[in-house]
Amino acid sequence: MNAADKYETVIGLEVHVELNTKTKIFCGCKNEFGAEPNTYICPNCLGLPGSLPVFNEGVLYRAVKAGLALGCTIADKSKFDRKNYYYPDLPKAYQISQYDMPIAVNGALEIVKKDGTRKKIGITRLHMEEDAGKLLHLTKSGQIGDAEESLVDYNRGGVPLIEIVSEPEMKTPEEAYLYLTSIKSILEYIDVSDCNMEEGSLRCDANVSVMEKGAKQFGTKVEIKNMNSFKNVQKAIEYEVERQIKAVEEKEAIIQETRLWNPEKNRTFAMRSKEGSNDYRYFPEPDIPPIVISEEYRQKIKKEIPELPMQKTERFVKEYAIPEYDAGVLTADQATAAYFEKTAKMSGEPKLASNWIMGDLLARMNAAGLQKISEVKILPEDLAKMIGLIKNATISGKIAKTVFEEMFNTGDAPDKIVKEKGLVQITDTGAIESAVDTVIAANSKVVEEIKGGKAAGLGFLVGQVMKQTGGKANPQMVNELLRKKIG
Amino acid sequence: MELNKQTIEQLHKQLIEKKIKPSDILDSVYKRVESVDSKVKAYLMLTKDLAYDMAKKAGDRIMKNDNVTDLTGIPIGIKDNMCLEGFNTTCASKMLEGYKPPYTATALKNLIEAGAIFTGKLNMDEYAFGSSTENSAYQTTCNPWDLSRVPGGSSGGSAAAVAADMCVAALGSDTGGSIKQPAGLCNVTGLRPTYGRVSRYGLIAFGSSLDQIGPMTKTVKDNAILLKYLAGIDKKDSTSAPIDVPDYDSNLRKDIKGMVIGLPKEYMIDGMDKQVKAKIMEAVKLLEANGATIQEISLPYTDYALDVYYVVAPAEASSNLARFDGVQYGLRDTSADNLIDMYKKSRRAGFGKETKRRIMLGTYVLSSGYYDAYYKKAQKVRTLIKNDFDKAFEKVDVILTPTSPTTAFKIGEKAADPLTMYLSDIFTIAPNMAGLPGISVPAGFDAAGLPIGMQVLAAPFAEQKIYDLTNFYQTKTDWHEKRANL
Repeated sequence: MNAADKYETVIGLEVHVELNTKTKIFCGCKNEFGAEPNTYICPNCLGLPGSLPVFNEGVLYRAVKAGLALGCTIADKSKFDRKNYYYPDLPKAYQISQYDMPIAVNGALEIVKKDGTRKKIGITRLHMEEDAGKLLHLTKSGQIGDAEESLVDYNRGGVPLIEIVSEPEMKTPEEAYLYLTSIKSILEYIDVSDCNMEEGSLRCDANVSVMEKGAKQFGTKVEIKNMNSFKNVQKAIEYEVERQIKAVEEKEAIIQETRLWNPEKNRTFAMRSKEGSNDYRYFPEPDIPPIVISEEYRQKIKKEIPELPMQKTERFVKEYAIPEYDAGVLTADQATAAYFEKTAKMSGEPKLASNWIMGDLLARMNAAGLQKISEVKILPEDLAKMIGLIKNATISGKIAKTVFEEMFNTGDAPDKIVKEKGLVQITDTGAIESAVDTVIAANSKVVEEIKGGKAAGLGFLVGQVMKQTGGKANPQMVNELLRKKIG
Repeated sequence: MELNKQTIEQLHKQLIEKKIKPSDILDSVYKRVESVDSKVKAYLMLTKDLAYDMAKKAGDRIMKNDNVTDLTGIPIGIKDNMCLEGFNTTCASKMLEGYKPPYTATALKNLIEAGAIFTGKLNMDEYAFGSSTENSAYQTTCNPWDLSRVPGGSSGGSAAAVAADMCVAALGSDTGGSIKQPAGLCNVTGLRPTYGRVSRYGLIAFGSSLDQIGPMTKTVKDNAILLKYLAGIDKKDSTSAPIDVPDYDSNLRKDIKGMVIGLPKEYMIDGMDKQVKAKIMEAVKLLEANGATIQEISLPYTDYALDVYYVVAPAEASSNLARFDGVQYGLRDTSADNLIDMYKKSRRAGFGKETKRRIMLGTYVLSSGYYDAYYKKAQKVRTLIKNDFDKAFEKVDVILTPTSPTTAFKIGEKAADPLTMYLSDIFTIAPNMAGLPGISVPAGFDAAGLPIGMQVLAAPFAEQKIYDLTNFYQTKTDWHEKRANL
């Protein structure tokens, strides 16, 4: 038995998501990424003496919406608390967060694994809090301790966050990856965040432990930070599971600690021990009155939640008869789903539409480095038209590839391209017949072989006819004519 | 009478009749400061250039009869824990020496809009921690009535400045009694408004659930005028109340017939000065003789108020003061060679003894394992204290007590014994825990000639009742007109 098979992995994720409000959570400063350092600041987000937080209602709206979309129970009454700790990126020396009365609890989301099985992952809680500033250490060695100077950019200080804490219910790195992409997908659907991991608007910490299969008690848990892409989350957990199993096998103790993922070296490194766990001295934030959520408010927001990815997937499977996996890919983001639906409806060929989008379009986008389907020049109505042209035999599947490439590059309509480039399929029997005759005459040896029972030669002849006609002959007609003439 | 000795009411009349100019009042105020503040030591800083500039603007407003208010041209002193853009705001702490905030507190903005003039920044106990102004890192303010005695605190500078006519009125702030107690000890009229009545934006926080800015004046009428401009909802302070501000001074009643005054039996404590008690009872008799009804009431949870206060207020303070870490502004010890060391050294050098004591106390009660036993329990008892008052106000209009159990004590007398010092706020703390408005008005003097203060409390946002009763009292007495010989 393989060592790894003896163990079970337990993974819990804490996801921090920056909300896409216009202004920060407790002041009127802009909430925008990438500005010159310390330009979006004021006495409030600098925590200057005498300043007071004023809660941005847009944050509550988005947090409640996220809570509802993740199947949570929204609190009737919620409040903010102060989490006290010292760090230069936290100018008040406390973070306004939520402790014992979070805005949402007890949710769940479903993931679909590659093998088609589904799994529900519980969400313990979702709470609102403010982000901290960003530190920049001027150091040659890369070690903070060697820095001559450290700079602080407070632009991010006070950016609204929600923290989503999962139950420790994921068993594999793949499940963690799918949980994370599902969260991203849902939050993008309800338009509360752009969930960009590279820009830090979605950040994820993982708690990972291993235990022998069937054990009742979880192993010592290790927290992993600094994973700045979805793939890295999976890789970091994979690494960590391996490391922990090896340690257990070699009878080494696993230390409860925080480890940082290093994407260059593809491994985690110990950052700090968590043994003497921090005492944050939480207490209710006296500067912000408690929040009372009415049923009316909940209902109003509930109505504003669109069809979510999982519902859409199910509907696509049912309505368009496409495989669940395909539907899952197509519904990962709303724009792609809408693109597919439009193409499917206009062409009347959902299966073909799905194949073209899942295959050629996504591959072409990848090659061109496009992230979003909105950047693609081909309009869904044009893709539908192109499918129509294949269907009515105006162009062959092969010609369609050429047309598609041209559409992708220029954004021109397919009929225009077909006309301008003379790509219309030859369906005129006379024209095809003369080409067939020429080919038969020039390849008498092959013809003889076919007659002698070697059917493989037929394909060669079809190819020759297609070559003669510049690929425009209807391949089916070529086939039929050749068979008829050779007999 | 010299202009600096007059009331807002009197000065306003002369200003609008154009008999005097704002700069005349200011001249008189600064002349007085020059002659007596070396003895009293109420001001940490004078803002002369700003003041004369404001006086000129006020003068122009009056000349053009453009938006003239009761406060246009009136010189007012400010406790040094309220942010005034571009001017030192130190909380009497070494930590904030030279700190100039980039914005102005809402309460001060309101006064600027009304055309008031700021004379300077007044001394206080560091971060408002104290009852004697001895905890200032810069100087100890003396009681104008006896320079060897404390003016009370923490708004001791404000009380002493008003008592010594070094401003026409002043702003104080009150967390556990920091306006009322020094007002009582200095023969000044000082009101702590209902929690939420005046914006706290720009007031450097001590106990966020308790702090209030309030007016310290020579008369109740002036107090009512000043509060009218200070009070009101502020979008920048989510705990400010969306309740209209009455025209307190115009609404003042001419009599007190039918008013019911409650006397809490729990406030007649051991250790209360007999002369203080006698003067308060004298005042009660006078009010009764003028048509008020006196009723004994009970506030059973009074005993716990001090304990609860010294859990809740330091807890909030420990968190509020954590930002003074030497990173962004204020004192930084540059000898430190790492971050933690910088925090420790800067805070050790920047904070005084009492500040450190309160930070430690507050940190302790919030610590994991102690939170439930201290902070959480204290909040529960706080609710019980509030219930006591709610019940009492079903029966009475106001509650009357002494402001402090004793008159002003000697400088240094209680400095070494924080517990005795804390007791001097025993009558002001319970109502503050309940968020109630309360005033201290002059009610006579003891045999040594030291002022005695009378505290009058009302239900939340019933400042008008307080003003009605105490303004009437001042029409029948002249304690508030007495001045110390300096």
